[in-house]
Amino acid sequence: MAPDEAAPGALRRLADSDLFWSFRRSPVTVVAAVVTVLLLLGAALAPVLAPHDPYDLASLDLLQARDPPAWEAGGDWSFPLGTDDQGRDVLSSILYGLRLSLLVGVSAVLLALALGVGLGLLAGYAGGWIDTLIMRIADVQLSFPAILVALLVDGVARSLLPHDRQDQTAVYVVVLAIASSIWVQFARTVRGSTLVERAKEYVQAARIIGVHPAAIAWRHVLPNAMGPVLVIATINLAIAILTEASLSFLGLGLPVTQPSLGTLIRIGDNYIFSGEWRWMLLYPAIALASLTLAVNLLGDWLRDAFNPKLR
Amino acid sequence: MIAFILRRLVQSVAVMLAVGLVAFMLFRYVGDPVNNMVGQDTSLADRARLRQALGLDDPTAVQFGHFLARALEGDFGVSYQYARPVREIIAERLPATLELSVAAVVLALAGGLPMGVYTGLRRDGFLSRLFMAVSLIGVSLPTFLTGILLIVVFSVILGWLPSFGRGEVVALGWWTTGLLTVSGLKSLILPAITLALFQMTLIMRLVRAEMLEVLRTDYIKFARARGLPNRIVHFGHALKNTLVPVITITGLQLGAVIAFAIITETVFQWPGMGFLIVQAIGFADIPVMAAYLMLVAFFFVVINLVVDLLYYAVDPRLRIERSAASGHGP
Amino acid sequence: MPEPLLAVEHLSVEIPTRRGVLAAIDDVSFAIEPGEVLGVVGESGAGKSITGAAIIGLLDPPSRIAGGRIVFAGRRIDDLSDAAMRPLRGKEIGAIFQDPLTSLNPLYTVGRQLVETIRVHLGLDRSAARRRALALLQDVGIPAPEQRIDHYPHQFSGGMRQRIVIALALAANPRLVIADEPTTALDVSIQAQIIALLKRLTREHGTAVMLVTHDMGVIAETADRVAVMYAGRIVEIGPVRAVVKEPRHPYTVGLMGAIPALGLRRERLPQIDGAMPPLSAIPSGCAFHPRCPKVFARCRGERPELLPVGSGAAACWLHAEALGKRP
Repeated sequence: MAPDEAAPGALRRLADSDLFWSFRRSPVTVVAAVVTVLLLLGAALAPVLAPHDPYDLASLDLLQARDPPAWEAGGDWSFPLGTDDQGRDVLSSILYGLRLSLLVGVSAVLLALALGVGLGLLAGYAGGWIDTLIMRIADVQLSFPAILVALLVDGVARSLLPHDRQDQTAVYVVVLAIASSIWVQFARTVRGSTLVERAKEYVQAARIIGVHPAAIAWRHVLPNAMGPVLVIATINLAIAILTEASLSFLGLGLPVTQPSLGTLIRIGDNYIFSGEWRWMLLYPAIALASLTLAVNLLGDWLRDAFNPKLR
Repeated sequence: MIAFILRRLVQSVAVMLAVGLVAFMLFRYVGDPVNNMVGQDTSLADRARLRQALGLDDPTAVQFGHFLARALEGDFGVSYQYARPVREIIAERLPATLELSVAAVVLALAGGLPMGVYTGLRRDGFLSRLFMAVSLIGVSLPTFLTGILLIVVFSVILGWLPSFGRGEVVALGWWTTGLLTVSGLKSLILPAITLALFQMTLIMRLVRAEMLEVLRTDYIKFARARGLPNRIVHFGHALKNTLVPVITITGLQLGAVIAFAIITETVFQWPGMGFLIVQAIGFADIPVMAAYLMLVAFFFVVINLVVDLLYYAVDPRLRIERSAASGHGP
Repeated sequence: MPEPLLAVEHLSVEIPTRRGVLAAIDDVSFAIEPGEVLGVVGESGAGKSITGAAIIGLLDPPSRIAGGRIVFAGRRIDDLSDAAMRPLRGKEIGAIFQDPLTSLNPLYTVGRQLVETIRVHLGLDRSAARRRALALLQDVGIPAPEQRIDHYPHQFSGGMRQRIVIALALAANPRLVIADEPTTALDVSIQAQIIALLKRLTREHGTAVMLVTHDMGVIAETADRVAVMYAGRIVEIGPVRAVVKEPRHPYTVGLMGAIPALGLRRERLPQIDGAMPPLSAIPSGCAFHPRCPKVFARCRGERPELLPVGSGAAACWLHAEALGKRP
């Protein structure tokens, strides 16, 4: 055995792995990944790329409202894709809206993950009535579609908050609403893993020695549950983005002053019978459709790649 | 069998009680019922009297009891937004939502089942790949986007179909139906398709996945080894085994239809329960929200119960009592 | 010499995988006479089941026939389309699989599955088919067939289910039955009964059987001739008594030696070192040479063909030496 033969680096292993092989094999997935990366870049670099700041209310000029895209008559290259009803640049709104949609989506998934994993660990480890209680709630909630739960939480939060603060707190309310509708899958999966690990001897040994349950949970149980949790997180990202878009479209999500793609579409929808929908509605719609399609395709591929039955 | 039904019934009642509790807490503790109902210059004394009249000073458990009793009668108080009894408003809106939902489910099944079977049997054909690609789009796009897209194409550009409302409706007792008028039917088409699209693609993918799974089983292999013709193998054996889990999921999807109806109704301004709840949330109209919650929960509970019973009826393996009495000896 | 019922000539089946094309079976040749029971024995993965699947035309894609021919009753069948093969299945060539529980559709009664098969092949009307189904159930030893015919598969025990499977496979009186591990999934006490049943029925109807198993005891009891498979090839074939008493191939010798026998005093069962190679790493020359105690130079380079020795044949260069066939 040659002593200088190092184990292949992580990147090399990734390139040789089955996962990457199935990725390369599917041109659709590659395209989806490229699109996702482009959109992510657009969102991340929005402050740099956007010609205007759509949140700066002072800079808006109603005289420039509802202007068409630059290549049409009446258009102006300083507003490449036209303006909306408030005089906001559509391109900038889309970039920032993309940013918001992704931000809310990711935050909601992270919150749901934290909540779900925490509760799942607790239920699996403590057992007894805590377990039963948490799982009953989970079961009941699972029989309702996520959007209903999100709507309910959103509605309650709005009723509880003072009217004039609603615009500023909207982001937090939406993140909370979405997170509370998707935590259940995380909790169930982690609880299952916890039950499996808890029965194993090394955990029992640790308990006898007196290691604190939280330490056991953190160091032993959690790493074993992370694989499926990651897949669930990816799938739920698409759901989170869709739910946020739907909530905003209904007028119950992000407000006009801080529009996400869903809000922009709602605004554009008002102009559907005048010619202006062509830029006020169409471009945000394309942006949203590309995002959800790409994320869904990636999620699909990930799920198939991790499914042992299809190997 | 009886034990099974009883157990499910008890579970259903428990769930309804839990939901009732949530609705009650909503009603009682979110915002102040009295303040929401009276004007600003009502005196404190009058407010106190109103509190008592409404029973708001009684112990919580008693109030919950009253709430439940009234809920069972269908009395959810008066809407903050419309100042009319909630019961009336819901009765007005319910037929619209039900007609739309049923139309959507029928469409989803009529489209999804055959396409699912086809793409399961002819897995790699061109048409199958096309269906799968289109279905992926159907699943990925948010409902409101497909709705808007349909409106843009069929109302704005082509001008063939209306883009909002229910058209003319005919009153039959307390029910109003749009199915008996041309304008009513025309108005139903786009919303029904929008609502059905998501379910249709879901059903199609599910049936396909189940079909592929079943076609790999040993009993299908043995059926073919026995020389049974493809027609019998596919539609006699494979299809029946595929449908069993499909029934469950479809039943559960019925619930999702009610949820997505909210969005569809908003897109098309369809005067149903979904549109109602969106406006109610925007307004913080608690009585309507509470009533909607209970009603929807009730639907779900009933649907789950029916699906469980159907499953039991279709799959003989679940009828365990019979098999225990037989099946011995080599 | 009368024509054999089934002649497999130089059959190869390959499986394309993303790591290359694997040879599941490689240049396999044997014949089955009418009414004869040929045992096919070997370890898991030796290619026994795939041979059976190829014969009846039910290879799971992406596996496919890569070469050779299969001739049944004088007619070539390996190149038939699925539609052309269907009339033969069940009527001329039948099959029995390993797990009787998963072989039967759980949602249909046993009677329905029997009647369906009978009507497809024999064209009887419903009541005639039902009578025949009852007779079949009686024949395979199901007690109280009139009641049990309307029961579902899960209401029977494992052994009874396999009897029903046998009834289904023999319903149309095929001339050849491929029995793929018919007793492996059953209790030991039931195995003997099922084998006895199979033996009786096939002798009564003159059905030839290709009995695939890894259990040498079953072969010794039931088969007329036996073929030993290793890594997708036949290494020895011959009459059962000859192969069992005087195995000619070192692998067969190892197999026979590993069977515990009453009256033999030994501390440890002898075992063959190493393991059968995976399909992706089949050795050159004779596939068994890395494990063979009698290996010499020629074994590593050239793959041995089946050379006649004694009353059978063995694919081993030892016997070429004996016959003076040195290159």
